[in-house]
Amino acid sequence: MNNQSIKLEVGGSTACYTVPVGPVHPALKEPIRFHFDLDGEQIVGVDIKPGFAHRGIEYMGMRRNLIQTLYLSERICGICSISHPLAFTQAVENAAGIAVPPRAQYIRTIIGELERIHSHILWAGVGAHELGFDTLLHLTWNVREKCMDLLEELTGNRVDYAIPIFGGVRRDIPAEKAPLAVEALGYYKGLLDQLVDTFLHDKSIEMRTRGIGALTYDQAVELCAVGPVTRAAGVPKDVRQDMPYLAYADMDIKAITPRDLGVEPTGDVYDNIIVRLLEVAQSIEIIEFCLENLPEGEITSIPKVPALLAALKNAEGEGIGRHEAPRGEVIHYVRLVEGQDEMAAWKVKAPTYSNLMSWVPKFLGDEVADIPIIAASIDPCMCCMDRVHIADETGTTSEKTKAELVRLSREKTRRICG
Amino acid sequence: MALPRSFKKALWVFHVATGSCNGCDIEIIAALTPRYDAERFGIMLTGTPRHADVLLVTGPVTKPMLPRLKRIYDQTPDPKAVIVVGGCGCTGGVFYESYNVVGPVDEVIPVDIYVPGCPCRPEAIIDGVVKAVTKLETLEKAGVSG
Repeated sequence: MNNQSIKLEVGGSTACYTVPVGPVHPALKEPIRFHFDLDGEQIVGVDIKPGFAHRGIEYMGMRRNLIQTLYLSERICGICSISHPLAFTQAVENAAGIAVPPRAQYIRTIIGELERIHSHILWAGVGAHELGFDTLLHLTWNVREKCMDLLEELTGNRVDYAIPIFGGVRRDIPAEKAPLAVEALGYYKGLLDQLVDTFLHDKSIEMRTRGIGALTYDQAVELCAVGPVTRAAGVPKDVRQDMPYLAYADMDIKAITPRDLGVEPTGDVYDNIIVRLLEVAQSIEIIEFCLENLPEGEITSIPKVPALLAALKNAEGEGIGRHEAPRGEVIHYVRLVEGQDEMAAWKVKAPTYSNLMSWVPKFLGDEVADIPIIAASIDPCMCCMDRVHIADETGTTSEKTKAELVRLSREKTRRICG
Repeated sequence: MALPRSFKKALWVFHVATGSCNGCDIEIIAALTPRYDAERFGIMLTGTPRHADVLLVTGPVTKPMLPRLKRIYDQTPDPKAVIVVGGCGCTGGVFYESYNVVGPVDEVIPVDIYVPGCPCRPEAIIDGVVKAVTKLETLEKAGVSG
């Protein structure tokens, strides 16, 4: 990838040396490689080399029948493990003309929003860890377990829920399970003020994130950023608001920007924290609405699997499915050909793919010690994103290790806190 | 192999993702954080393989990660134990027929403990690490040193 076209001028200086980071890399655990051009401590150039987690999922999906591929789509990413199936089922239903009963649409929405809650809390913990605030990592991940318990209770699994199927969902939410959800939501409501207070009013977090990794409104629009990254820059873009689907059409969803908290958006890491925390509150409201208004009726329009497979085999057409995943918009495109078990074409566009280039303006001008938190700020998801394989087998020497970067990051926290 | 009455040292673990889907990776962090709290046994993630006793590998090993995984294995000092977490690392799992996957982890580096599941639960991961303790103690008795 080439960053020449959007390279910013920083003090008119030229790069003195290049530091490669990764592919076993500083933020999260997934492989990606960065090349940073540095002038002293300041980053003056960035190059990104993705592709290490590419598994050829689209290729495999086009060799299996659609129900097998549904479970494969779940394994595009373990954190977005309902987002991809939701977009994929909508694409296939769109192509094959299969209707989804209202109750199934509400159940899909509930599980989708629960995933957003656990994913945003997960991100907050990872962000705290990158700043050297491990106490907060443990606090947030402890809080997250309540959501995991609820997901396990409703779906049978902590990760990879296997809930959507073409034409509905595989598991109902019976009336006796609803109080569990209400209780868990109450738990998060009571905790939200504390989380907001801890993250947004802590002096060291504010000093390490304010003005770091900034992204302007224009850059966000120009680079087609999606999800919390673009909303933190003040762009009110949200699939749930712009093109309502599932149960979102029955609600009045507004894209959340830092303005909701009275903060003028700058797209920096602090604004990213604001947006994600406020979205947890929004998700709680959405789930409450869905539970109160859960329609009666069937949970799937074609309950028998052989009948479903036959219907899919006889279908012909193209379809697109969109979903606002925790990280932004995910799009699936499928083409079905009559008389064929497998798809003729499948294309996945994950949110990190759109957000990747926003890393460049975010990194430029900041310091080496800020690399981990800026890398984490877009909540990157390589396994979602690595749809294209770019092999890079050169220059593995003199890399900065994760330990070294974390040490630098921690030293900076100590330094600016005095 | 029985579990010793007390651990001789705190186990430091290096986690390497070789194209995994994040499912097992977040469960590993969940295993370390307060609900499951593997850190109370001194089990800790380290930032470099050179400090690690245990290598925790997730994912089916993609082609670009192959040389990196071998290198990380060589960088880990002896005696070491390798744990594969997740179905795709154990057997290839759902990714078995991919053109960009070089196969299960044990075709690339020697593996001691397999933790199956897609994804495996945090309890299973802790169980795997406890098995690694017995493996390391056996190696130590046999006189393998770093």
